[in-house]
Amino acid sequence: MSTTSEPGSAQGPALRLDGVAKSFGPVVALKFASLDMLPGSIHALIGENGAGKSTLVKIIAGLYQRDSGVFEYQGDVVDFSNTAQSKDAGIAVIYQEPTLFPDLSVTENIFMGRQPTGSLGRIDRKAMRATVKDLFTQLGVNIDPDRPTRGLSIADQQIIEIAKAISLDARVLIMDEPTAALSGVEVDRLFKVARGLRDEGRALLFISHRFDEVFALCDTVTVMRDGEYVATSAIAETTVEEMVHQMVGREVATLFPKEPAEIGDEVLKVENLTEPGVFHDVSFSVRSGEIVALAGLVGAGRSEIAQAIFGVDDYESGTVTINGKSVRKHDPAKAMDLGIALVPEDRRKQGVVLDTSVSRNITLAIRKTLTKAGLLWPTAENRAASHWAGRLEVKTNALDTTVGTLSGGNQQKVVLAKWLATNPSLLIVDEPTRGIDIGTKSEVHRDLSRLAGQGLAIIMISSELPEVLGMADRVLVVHEGRITAEIDRADATPESVMFAATHSKAVA
Amino acid sequence: MSISSTSILAESNILAKLGRIGKARELGIFLAFVLVVAVTTIQNPNFLFSSDGFRDLLVTPSILMIVAVGQAIVIITRNVDLSVGSVVGLSAYLTGRVFIDYPQLPWPTVFVIGLVFGALLGLINGALVAFAKVPSLVITLGTLYAFRGINVLWTGSDRINASDMPSSFLALGTSSWWKIPVITIIALIVLAIAGFYMYTQRGGRELYAIGSDPDAANLYGLKVKKRILAAFIMSGALAGLAGVLYAARYGTVNSQVGSGLELEAVGAAVIGGVAIFGGSGSVFGAAIGAFLLLTINRALPVLGVQDFWQRAVVGALIIGAIVLDKLAANRQERKLVELRDTEAEQKEAQNV
Repeated sequence: MSTTSEPGSAQGPALRLDGVAKSFGPVVALKFASLDMLPGSIHALIGENGAGKSTLVKIIAGLYQRDSGVFEYQGDVVDFSNTAQSKDAGIAVIYQEPTLFPDLSVTENIFMGRQPTGSLGRIDRKAMRATVKDLFTQLGVNIDPDRPTRGLSIADQQIIEIAKAISLDARVLIMDEPTAALSGVEVDRLFKVARGLRDEGRALLFISHRFDEVFALCDTVTVMRDGEYVATSAIAETTVEEMVHQMVGREVATLFPKEPAEIGDEVLKVENLTEPGVFHDVSFSVRSGEIVALAGLVGAGRSEIAQAIFGVDDYESGTVTINGKSVRKHDPAKAMDLGIALVPEDRRKQGVVLDTSVSRNITLAIRKTLTKAGLLWPTAENRAASHWAGRLEVKTNALDTTVGTLSGGNQQKVVLAKWLATNPSLLIVDEPTRGIDIGTKSEVHRDLSRLAGQGLAIIMISSELPEVLGMADRVLVVHEGRITAEIDRADATPESVMFAATHSKAVA
Repeated sequence: MSISSTSILAESNILAKLGRIGKARELGIFLAFVLVVAVTTIQNPNFLFSSDGFRDLLVTPSILMIVAVGQAIVIITRNVDLSVGSVVGLSAYLTGRVFIDYPQLPWPTVFVIGLVFGALLGLINGALVAFAKVPSLVITLGTLYAFRGINVLWTGSDRINASDMPSSFLALGTSSWWKIPVITIIALIVLAIAGFYMYTQRGGRELYAIGSDPDAANLYGLKVKKRILAAFIMSGALAGLAGVLYAARYGTVNSQVGSGLELEAVGAAVIGGVAIFGGSGSVFGAAIGAFLLLTINRALPVLGVQDFWQRAVVGALIIGAIVLDKLAANRQERKLVELRDTEAEQKEAQNV
């Protein structure tokens, strides 16, 4: 197989989006996305979490269909209704975590669905193998074509995805945070391959949170914010500061000011918490009345740290102390007894039992204390539940309403109520307002603020900068499993937090 | 093992060994089969060396083998077909009815009728699984009872006897060709065709892919629904064929033909190395598994094992097979990761 590229086609953009919008029900994922990808060029796409990058990729891949706007590929308007169509047209998408068939060989993975066949429709395994050998030589990698893909590193799996894209002769390659799980050497190898593909006249889109990589690899950069196109610049003509400013450049609405609270004694102390490959040497403390935000990018390890403190996940070394008592690792029941509560990120899966009533959900964590002679009476349940539902102003007709019918914000309040009923001294909330409408959002913020005022120590994990800046007394920025910055409320600006979140101090 | 001490240069060597673990599974089951036959024959030489003994050895597992091949195809897609026993029953009774109601039909037509009828029942299963998106375990458990219910309703206390069927048809069940029973030859032909399809055809490979990772199969743009539908149709058709052969072999058909066969078929596939979560194994393994399963059933009484223990032995065999698979898979995964790490170290070393 030879890869022929026509230099003549290098004039117009390989792929063009203009004013593309996409909503899911009331949630607007993309408002106005624009992108011009040129052949023979590597284009970076950057933006905060929730800026709409992934939605944009899924529209290009044909997983989602745009609501409005222009989508042109090789000069023609296209409407891909599934991934097979975009693939046939020559668009290859490499996701952060490649999806391969673990039981099948590397060769079969590359050719699945379009194997060369000979007489009687027999798959020509020899030809497949030879092509794969050629591809790997061309890419300069050494992977056995006959081994199953199970057990391959993510880096090697990505190379297989790239080999697949080349064998398809894809004209447009999209890489969604391909370097997130790679080591330094592996990143270098990937970049070498990417440059080679660029020089063959293909158009590449590179999504990354790492500015150093964007500068090292790309020719052009497009910044997105809140589902909208912000700016496109040539890499040579922009700076990190400018990009950061474009990424966060909204005025931070002081929607959720935390009311001042008396900061008391130290409640939680975490020392040198380490789990290899997840988080490293994490140390911090939280005092009563204080809200400490764990900021950072999705995948930086914030939720993992919280789950380790609560005992859901195990960790290798380090200590967690609450109110002077050490918390045994990997024992959430003990952590609860000691006064830790965790409101998880995925409300519907980990927070509430959707099919049961509000009162049963609220009393779930204190069932044992409510029983009489080993039996749980609805009156006892309702009494306990109504107290908390009232305090947090859960909007529901009756306590026996199933939680699944409540709005997201009210479900979140139910989860909060459930944990507050355990009378904790430390509350960990993971993305407390994700997917909640703006009105209920500020109610949740008011609740958190009041709780801090009553002396609760709160750790808040949030990907929303305004929320972090508005609520937190202190911001701890997590970058690739390490706390890379501690910023006081007074010094916290969107730029300072975003800069710390995207820069590792010591680049390995 | 010397693997940990071999250097990176021996990489292809290690992988060749790993490849052989897969094939070794079929070989291991086959050796177990040979062992069972050998031990039993030493106890009672008639088990193998009498002409009846040899014939029984081949003919007894043949019908199960056909059903197990179909079952393996379905399991490879990460599904299961529990209705096959009931399909065999319906197809066997239909065969008898056709002979009674349309005596003028040439007897080979019943094979076509059985295959098509089984395929239709498979289509029902497949359509419910692929389009209604209900797990196949539930769907086929439902059709297991539904098909059997229809069979009981249709048959009542009636029964098809050998005298209702043409002798040329019944001869299929008893005759041999070069000492090999005709039913076994039919089963081997089925196995060869299924093996050819699963190994060399795009469709067959896609069944493996779907079972290995259904989400990836969707992202690849494979026609997942169509393939799953096809797998159930194949399983149904083979069960239909097995029903016809049942009528030919036993000559008597009541409403309970094939009861419990579905579990034997799943057992045969699992013993033969077909992973219950799909994506790996082969129809050949399932076929050898069927031979091993039914031969052990016949060998245990000869060896003087009490009836009560016989089922326990079969159960132990199935559990043992799964545990063995799990251990082998863990070992393979560990080795693949080890291999990757040494490779990475090697690269780092080169880069320094």
